[in-house]
Amino acid sequence: MPNNPTAAAAAASDLRIRLHHKEGRPGHHSHPHSRGGAPEKTHQRATREIKVVRRVLDANDIMADQNRKLFSEKKVFVLNMMSSPGSGKTTTLIKTLGKLMTGLRCAVIVGDICSTYDADQLSVTGAPVVQINTDEFGGDCHLAAHVVARALSDIDLDEIDLLVVENVGNLVCPAEFDMGEDARVVVLSVAEGEDKPIKYPLMFRQCDAALLNKVDLLPYLDYDKDLAVSNIRQIHPEMPIFSVSAKTGEGFDPWLEWLKGRIKVKLG
Amino acid sequence: MGIALQVIEIAVASIPEDLRRARVARVNLTVGKLSAVVSESLRFCFEVASRETPVEGAELVIEEVDVVARCNACGHQWTIEEPAFSCPHCNSGDITLISGRELDIRSIEIEDETNDTTDAEQPDRGRGRSL
Repeated sequence: MPNNPTAAAAAASDLRIRLHHKEGRPGHHSHPHSRGGAPEKTHQRATREIKVVRRVLDANDIMADQNRKLFSEKKVFVLNMMSSPGSGKTTTLIKTLGKLMTGLRCAVIVGDICSTYDADQLSVTGAPVVQINTDEFGGDCHLAAHVVARALSDIDLDEIDLLVVENVGNLVCPAEFDMGEDARVVVLSVAEGEDKPIKYPLMFRQCDAALLNKVDLLPYLDYDKDLAVSNIRQIHPEMPIFSVSAKTGEGFDPWLEWLKGRIKVKLG
Repeated sequence: MGIALQVIEIAVASIPEDLRRARVARVNLTVGKLSAVVSESLRFCFEVASRETPVEGAELVIEEVDVVARCNACGHQWTIEEPAFSCPHCNSGDITLISGRELDIRSIEIEDETNDTTDAEQPDRGRGRSL
Protein backbone atom coordinates (compact mmCIF):
# COMPACT_ATOMS: atom_id res chain seq x y z
CA MET A 1 0.00 0.00 0.00
CA PRO A 2 1.21 3.50 -0.65
CA ASN A 3 3.08 5.52 1.97
CA ASN A 4 1.35 4.74 5.20
CA PRO A 5 3.18 6.79 7.81
CA THR A 6 2.55 4.28 10.52
CA ALA A 7 4.27 1.04 9.67
CA ALA A 8 2.22 -0.60 12.36
CA ALA A 9 -0.77 -0.75 10.06
CA ALA A 10 0.50 -3.75 8.18
CA ALA A 11 0.69 -6.21 11.00
CA ALA A 12 -2.76 -5.62 12.37
CA SER A 13 -4.07 -8.51 14.35
CA ASP A 14 -7.65 -8.71 15.42
CA LEU A 15 -7.88 -5.62 17.57
CA ARG A 16 -10.75 -5.61 19.94
CA ILE A 17 -11.01 -1.86 20.39
CA ARG A 18 -14.09 -1.66 18.29
CA LEU A 19 -15.75 -4.89 19.16
CA HIS A 20 -18.61 -4.43 16.76
CA HIS A 21 -16.46 -4.10 13.73
CA LYS A 22 -14.01 -6.14 11.74
CA GLU A 23 -12.52 -4.93 8.52
CA GLY A 24 -10.53 -6.58 5.79
CA ARG A 25 -6.82 -6.10 5.99
CA PRO A 26 -5.16 -3.45 3.88
CA GLY A 27 -4.04 -4.60 0.51
CA HIS A 28 -6.60 -7.31 0.01
CA HIS A 29 -8.48 -5.54 -2.72
CA SER A 30 -7.13 -5.82 -6.23
CA HIS A 31 -6.23 -2.74 -8.19
CA PRO A 32 -6.37 -2.94 -11.93
CA HIS A 33 -3.45 -0.58 -12.52
CA SER A 34 -2.03 -0.64 -16.00
CA ARG A 35 1.30 -2.42 -16.34
CA GLY A 36 4.09 -1.16 -18.53
CA GLY A 37 1.82 0.82 -20.80
CA ALA A 38 0.57 -2.27 -22.63
CA PRO A 39 -3.02 -2.13 -23.74
CA GLU A 40 -5.23 -3.76 -21.17
CA LYS A 41 -7.61 -6.49 -22.03
CA THR A 42 -9.16 -6.90 -18.61
CA HIS A 43 -12.77 -6.44 -17.74
CA GLN A 44 -11.86 -3.82 -15.16
CA ARG A 45 -10.81 -0.45 -16.42
CA ALA A 46 -7.43 1.01 -15.63
CA THR A 47 -7.52 3.75 -13.06
CA ARG A 48 -5.48 6.82 -12.37
CA GLU A 49 -4.81 7.53 -8.70
CA ILE A 50 -5.03 11.12 -7.57
CA LYS A 51 -3.43 11.94 -4.24
CA VAL A 52 -5.65 13.85 -1.87
CA VAL A 53 -4.25 13.38 1.67
CA ARG A 54 -6.76 15.41 3.64
CA ARG A 55 -8.35 14.93 7.00
CA VAL A 56 -12.00 14.14 6.51
CA LEU A 57 -13.00 16.41 9.38
CA ASP A 58 -10.88 19.37 8.29
CA ALA A 59 -13.91 21.54 7.63
CA ASN A 60 -15.36 20.78 11.06
CA ASP A 61 -12.06 21.46 12.81
CA ILE A 62 -11.64 24.79 11.05
CA MET A 63 -15.13 25.83 12.14
CA ALA A 64 -14.43 24.55 15.68
CA ASP A 65 -11.33 26.75 15.83
CA GLN A 66 -13.42 29.75 14.77
CA ASN A 67 -15.90 28.95 17.54
CA ARG A 68 -13.07 28.59 20.03
CA LYS A 69 -11.64 31.97 19.06
CA LEU A 70 -15.04 33.60 19.47
CA PHE A 71 -15.55 31.96 22.88
CA SER A 72 -12.15 33.27 23.98
CA GLU A 73 -12.88 36.81 22.80
CA LYS A 74 -16.23 36.79 24.56
CA LYS A 75 -14.78 35.14 27.69
CA VAL A 76 -17.21 32.25 27.66
CA PHE A 77 -16.36 28.79 29.00
CA VAL A 78 -17.94 26.03 26.91
CA LEU A 79 -18.74 22.57 28.24
CA ASN A 80 -19.66 19.71 25.93
CA MET A 81 -21.81 17.11 27.72
CA MET A 82 -22.06 13.70 26.10
CA SER A 83 -23.62 10.37 27.00
CA SER A 84 -25.80 7.58 25.72
CA PRO A 85 -29.56 8.28 25.58
CA GLY A 86 -31.21 8.01 28.98
CA SER A 87 -28.15 8.44 31.18
CA GLY A 88 -29.65 11.52 32.82
CA LYS A 89 -27.73 14.28 31.01
CA THR A 90 -30.61 16.71 31.10
CA THR A 91 -31.47 16.13 34.75
CA THR A 92 -27.78 16.36 35.67
CA LEU A 93 -27.53 19.61 33.76
CA ILE A 94 -30.63 21.07 35.41
CA LYS A 95 -29.19 20.26 38.83
CA THR A 96 -25.76 21.60 37.85
CA LEU A 97 -27.15 24.88 36.53
CA GLY A 98 -29.33 25.24 39.63
CA LYS A 99 -26.17 25.25 41.75
CA LEU A 100 -23.99 27.32 39.43
CA MET A 101 -26.37 30.05 38.35
CA THR A 102 -26.11 31.88 41.63
CA GLY A 103 -22.64 32.99 40.59
CA LEU A 104 -22.39 32.41 36.85
CA ARG A 105 -24.49 33.49 33.89
CA CYS A 106 -25.28 30.35 31.91
CA ALA A 107 -26.87 29.35 28.62
CA VAL A 108 -27.54 25.97 27.02
CA ILE A 109 -27.52 24.58 23.51
CA VAL A 110 -29.26 21.24 23.45
CA GLY A 111 -29.07 18.83 20.54
CA ASP A 112 -31.56 16.12 19.67
CA ILE A 113 -32.57 14.48 16.46
CA CYS A 114 -36.07 15.81 16.99
CA SER A 115 -38.45 17.23 19.64
CA THR A 116 -38.02 20.12 22.07
CA TYR A 117 -38.54 17.93 25.12
CA ASP A 118 -35.12 18.62 26.65
CA ALA A 119 -35.33 22.36 25.99
CA ASP A 120 -38.72 22.49 27.71
CA GLN A 121 -37.26 20.69 30.72
CA LEU A 122 -34.20 22.91 30.85
CA SER A 123 -36.26 26.09 30.73
CA VAL A 124 -37.05 25.64 34.44
CA THR A 125 -33.48 26.75 35.17
CA GLY A 126 -34.17 30.21 33.76
CA ALA A 127 -31.10 29.95 31.52
CA PRO A 128 -31.55 30.78 27.84
CA VAL A 129 -31.92 27.50 25.95
CA VAL A 130 -31.48 26.94 22.22
CA GLN A 131 -32.76 23.63 20.92
CA ILE A 132 -31.07 22.19 17.84
CA ASN A 133 -32.93 19.45 16.01
CA THR A 134 -30.46 17.68 13.78
CA ASP A 135 -33.19 16.30 11.52
CA GLU A 136 -32.85 19.66 9.79
CA PHE A 137 -29.22 18.70 9.16
CA GLY A 138 -29.83 15.17 7.92
CA GLY A 139 -30.72 13.62 11.29
CA ASP A 140 -27.15 13.61 12.52
CA CYS A 141 -26.38 11.64 15.66
CA HIS A 142 -24.03 14.35 16.94
CA LEU A 143 -23.60 18.12 16.97
CA ALA A 144 -21.01 19.49 14.57
CA ALA A 145 -19.14 22.79 14.85
CA HIS A 146 -21.13 24.57 12.14
CA VAL A 147 -24.43 23.61 13.77
CA VAL A 148 -23.27 25.09 17.07
CA ALA A 149 -22.01 28.18 15.25
CA ARG A 150 -25.45 28.69 13.80
CA ALA A 151 -27.13 28.32 17.19
CA LEU A 152 -24.82 31.01 18.58
CA SER A 153 -26.77 33.65 16.68
CA ASP A 154 -29.56 33.08 19.21
CA ILE A 155 -27.32 33.59 22.24
CA ASP A 156 -25.82 36.82 23.50
CA LEU A 157 -22.29 35.71 24.32
CA ASP A 158 -21.59 39.04 26.03
CA GLU A 159 -24.19 38.18 28.63
CA ILE A 160 -22.96 34.73 29.67
CA ASP A 161 -19.97 33.09 31.35
CA LEU A 162 -20.79 29.43 30.79
CA LEU A 163 -22.28 27.79 27.73
CA VAL A 164 -23.21 24.14 28.08
CA VAL A 165 -23.73 22.12 24.92
CA GLU A 166 -25.83 19.06 25.64
CA ASN A 167 -24.95 16.76 22.77
CA VAL A 168 -27.16 14.22 21.06
CA GLY A 169 -27.37 11.05 23.16
CA ASN A 170 -24.76 8.77 21.58
CA LEU A 171 -21.43 7.41 22.78
CA VAL A 172 -19.89 7.05 19.33
CA CYS A 173 -19.89 9.95 16.85
CA PRO A 174 -19.98 12.98 19.20
CA ALA A 175 -16.50 12.00 20.38
CA GLU A 176 -15.17 12.70 16.90
CA PHE A 177 -16.58 16.21 16.44
CA ASP A 178 -14.82 19.16 18.04
CA MET A 179 -17.10 22.16 18.53
CA GLY A 180 -14.56 24.54 20.01
CA GLU A 181 -15.39 23.60 23.60
CA ASP A 182 -13.11 23.99 26.63
CA ALA A 183 -14.04 20.76 28.38
CA ARG A 184 -15.85 17.54 27.64
CA VAL A 185 -17.65 15.39 30.15
CA VAL A 186 -19.31 12.04 29.67
CA VAL A 187 -22.29 11.02 31.78
CA LEU A 188 -22.68 7.30 32.38
CA SER A 189 -25.51 5.94 34.50
CA VAL A 190 -25.23 2.88 36.68
CA ALA A 191 -28.27 1.46 34.89
CA GLU A 192 -26.26 1.07 31.69
CA GLY A 193 -23.79 -1.63 32.58
CA GLU A 194 -20.14 -1.53 33.59
CA ASP A 195 -18.82 -2.37 30.13
CA LYS A 196 -19.58 0.90 28.37
CA PRO A 197 -16.10 2.47 28.70
CA ILE A 198 -14.54 -0.62 27.12
CA LYS A 199 -17.07 -0.66 24.30
CA TYR A 200 -16.76 3.05 23.53
CA PRO A 201 -13.10 3.79 24.28
CA LEU A 202 -12.81 6.91 22.12
CA MET A 203 -15.53 8.69 24.09
CA PHE A 204 -13.82 7.95 27.38
CA ARG A 205 -10.38 8.89 26.00
CA GLN A 206 -11.64 12.19 24.68
CA CYS A 207 -13.43 13.39 27.79
CA ASP A 208 -11.90 15.36 30.65
CA ALA A 209 -14.19 13.98 33.34
CA ALA A 210 -16.81 11.29 33.82
CA LEU A 211 -20.01 11.51 35.84
CA LEU A 212 -21.28 8.19 37.12
CA ASN A 213 -24.96 9.04 37.52
CA LYS A 214 -28.01 7.50 39.22
CA VAL A 215 -25.98 6.11 42.13
CA ASP A 216 -29.18 6.30 44.20
CA LEU A 217 -30.25 3.19 42.25
CA LEU A 218 -27.24 1.12 43.33
CA PRO A 219 -29.09 -0.74 46.13
CA TYR A 220 -31.55 -2.06 43.56
CA LEU A 221 -29.11 -3.08 40.84
CA ASP A 222 -26.60 -5.84 40.21
CA TYR A 223 -24.06 -3.22 39.37
CA ASP A 224 -20.38 -3.44 40.20
CA LYS A 225 -19.43 0.19 40.60
CA ASP A 226 -15.78 -0.62 41.28
CA LEU A 227 -15.64 -2.51 38.01
CA ALA A 228 -17.18 0.45 36.15
CA VAL A 229 -14.61 2.79 37.69
CA SER A 230 -11.80 0.41 36.87
CA ASN A 231 -13.03 0.12 33.28
CA ILE A 232 -13.00 3.91 32.94
CA ARG A 233 -9.49 4.00 34.42
CA GLN A 234 -8.38 1.33 31.96
CA ILE A 235 -9.31 3.65 29.09
CA HIS A 236 -8.35 6.97 30.68
CA PRO A 237 -6.21 6.38 33.77
CA GLU A 238 -6.05 9.97 34.96
CA MET A 239 -9.62 11.10 34.36
CA PRO A 240 -11.58 12.43 37.36
CA ILE A 241 -14.70 10.34 38.02
CA PHE A 242 -17.60 11.78 40.02
CA SER A 243 -20.29 9.53 41.45
CA VAL A 244 -23.51 11.51 41.51
CA SER A 245 -27.25 11.26 41.68
CA ALA A 246 -28.97 13.99 39.72
CA LYS A 247 -32.16 12.98 41.47
CA THR A 248 -31.01 13.36 45.07
CA GLY A 249 -28.11 15.74 44.55
CA GLU A 250 -25.68 13.27 46.13
CA GLY A 251 -22.05 13.76 45.17
CA PHE A 252 -22.54 17.05 43.32
CA ASP A 253 -20.10 19.17 45.32
CA PRO A 254 -16.85 17.61 44.02
CA TRP A 255 -18.17 17.76 40.45
CA LEU A 256 -19.16 21.41 40.81
CA GLU A 257 -15.80 22.26 42.37
CA TRP A 258 -14.00 20.61 39.46
CA LEU A 259 -16.10 22.48 36.91
CA LYS A 260 -15.73 25.82 38.70
CA GLY A 261 -11.98 25.22 38.82
CA ARG A 262 -11.84 24.70 35.08
CA ILE A 263 -13.98 27.77 34.44
CA LYS A 264 -11.77 29.86 36.71
CA VAL A 265 -8.64 28.84 34.83
CA LYS A 266 -10.14 30.27 31.65
CA LEU A 267 -12.11 33.26 32.88
CA GLY A 268 -9.97 34.23 35.87
CA MET B 1 -23.66 10.31 7.91
CA GLY B 2 -21.86 13.60 8.58
CA ILE B 3 -18.56 11.85 7.98
CA ALA B 4 -19.81 10.27 4.75
CA LEU B 5 -20.93 13.67 3.49
CA GLN B 6 -17.50 15.12 4.22
CA VAL B 7 -15.83 12.22 2.40
CA ILE B 8 -18.04 12.85 -0.63
CA GLU B 9 -17.43 16.59 -0.57
CA ILE B 10 -13.65 16.22 -0.43
CA ALA B 11 -13.60 13.41 -3.01
CA VAL B 12 -15.72 15.38 -5.47
CA ALA B 13 -13.58 18.48 -5.00
CA SER B 14 -10.49 16.39 -5.73
CA ILE B 15 -11.55 15.35 -9.22
CA PRO B 16 -9.37 17.33 -11.64
CA GLU B 17 -11.17 19.73 -13.96
CA ASP B 18 -10.30 17.81 -17.11
CA LEU B 19 -11.63 14.53 -15.70
CA ARG B 20 -15.00 15.79 -14.55
CA ARG B 21 -16.85 13.29 -16.67
CA ALA B 22 -14.76 10.24 -15.79
CA ARG B 23 -16.04 7.66 -13.37
CA VAL B 24 -14.51 7.58 -9.91
CA ALA B 25 -13.71 3.94 -9.22
CA ARG B 26 -12.39 4.18 -5.70
CA VAL B 27 -12.04 6.49 -2.75
CA ASN B 28 -9.17 5.40 -0.51
CA LEU B 29 -9.45 6.20 3.17
CA THR B 30 -7.14 5.70 6.13
CA VAL B 31 -9.07 5.11 9.32
CA GLY B 32 -7.51 4.64 12.74
CA LYS B 33 -8.93 1.86 14.86
CA LEU B 34 -9.66 4.37 17.59
CA SER B 35 -11.77 6.60 15.36
CA ALA B 36 -15.53 6.69 15.75
CA VAL B 37 -16.00 5.26 12.28
CA VAL B 38 -17.73 1.94 11.78
CA SER B 39 -16.69 0.86 8.31
CA GLU B 40 -19.93 -0.88 7.39
CA SER B 41 -21.98 2.14 8.42
CA LEU B 42 -19.69 4.53 6.59
CA ARG B 43 -19.91 2.42 3.43
CA PHE B 44 -23.68 2.34 3.65
CA CYS B 45 -23.95 6.10 4.22
CA PHE B 46 -21.49 6.76 1.42
CA GLU B 47 -23.45 4.59 -0.98
CA VAL B 48 -26.72 6.32 -0.17
CA ALA B 49 -25.38 9.88 0.00
CA SER B 50 -23.22 9.62 -3.13
CA ARG B 51 -26.16 8.90 -5.42
CA GLU B 52 -26.37 11.46 -8.20
CA THR B 53 -22.95 12.88 -7.29
CA PRO B 54 -19.77 12.45 -9.36
CA VAL B 55 -18.59 9.72 -6.95
CA GLU B 56 -21.72 7.60 -7.28
CA GLY B 57 -20.79 3.94 -7.53
CA ALA B 58 -17.25 4.44 -6.27
CA GLU B 59 -15.88 1.80 -3.95
CA LEU B 60 -14.88 3.03 -0.52
CA VAL B 61 -11.58 1.35 0.33
CA ILE B 62 -10.80 1.62 4.02
CA GLU B 63 -7.30 0.94 5.28
CA GLU B 64 -7.19 0.54 9.03
CA VAL B 65 -4.38 1.84 11.18
CA ASP B 66 -3.41 0.29 14.49
CA VAL B 67 -3.50 2.20 17.72
CA VAL B 68 0.12 2.82 18.67
CA ALA B 69 1.05 4.54 21.93
CA ARG B 70 4.24 5.81 23.54
CA CYS B 71 4.70 6.02 27.28
CA ASN B 72 5.79 9.48 28.40
CA ALA B 73 7.30 8.05 31.56
CA CYS B 74 9.55 5.24 30.27
CA GLY B 75 9.48 5.77 26.50
CA HIS B 76 8.10 2.32 25.72
CA GLN B 77 6.19 2.16 22.44
CA TRP B 78 3.58 -0.48 21.72
CA THR B 79 0.51 -1.39 19.71
CA ILE B 80 -2.66 -1.30 21.77
CA GLU B 81 -4.42 -4.57 21.00
CA GLU B 82 -7.18 -4.32 23.54
CA PRO B 83 -8.82 -1.33 25.17
CA ALA B 84 -6.26 -0.64 27.88
CA PHE B 85 -4.35 2.62 27.83
CA SER B 86 -1.64 2.18 30.47
CA CYS B 87 1.98 1.36 29.74
CA PRO B 88 2.51 -2.43 29.91
CA HIS B 89 6.09 -1.83 31.13
CA CYS B 90 5.79 0.76 33.89
CA ASN B 91 1.99 1.00 34.26
CA SER B 92 2.00 4.77 33.73
CA GLY B 93 -1.21 6.29 32.36
CA ASP B 94 0.68 9.22 30.90
CA ILE B 95 0.80 8.13 27.28
CA THR B 96 0.75 9.75 23.86
CA LEU B 97 -1.18 8.15 21.03
CA ILE B 98 1.03 8.07 17.96
CA SER B 99 -1.56 6.60 15.62
CA GLY B 100 -5.05 5.21 15.63
CA ARG B 101 -7.05 8.43 15.41
CA GLU B 102 -6.67 8.89 11.64
CA LEU B 103 -9.64 9.74 9.47
CA ASP B 104 -8.05 10.78 6.20
CA ILE B 105 -8.79 10.63 2.51
CA ARG B 106 -5.61 9.33 0.94
CA SER B 107 -6.52 9.37 -2.72
CA ILE B 108 -9.20 8.86 -5.30
CA GLU B 109 -8.90 6.59 -8.32
CA ILE B 110 -10.42 7.68 -11.59
CA GLU B 111 -11.06 5.39 -14.50
CA ASP B 112 -8.45 6.13 -17.08
CA GLU B 113 -10.38 6.64 -20.28
CA THR B 114 -7.32 7.21 -22.43
CA ASN B 115 -5.89 3.79 -21.57
CA ASP B 116 -9.17 2.09 -21.79
CA THR B 117 -10.76 3.24 -24.98
CA THR B 118 -7.77 3.79 -27.25
CA ASP B 119 -6.74 0.17 -27.76
CA ALA B 120 -7.55 -0.21 -31.40
CA GLU B 121 -10.38 1.86 -32.66
CA GLN B 122 -9.81 5.32 -31.21
CA PRO B 123 -6.36 6.81 -31.68
CA ASP B 124 -5.89 10.16 -29.95
CA ARG B 125 -5.77 12.33 -33.02
CA GLY B 126 -8.95 10.85 -34.42
CA ARG B 127 -10.74 11.62 -31.21
CA GLY B 128 -9.42 15.17 -31.21
CA ARG B 129 -11.06 15.87 -34.55
CA SER B 130 -14.36 14.43 -33.63
CA LEU B 131 -14.80 16.98 -30.86
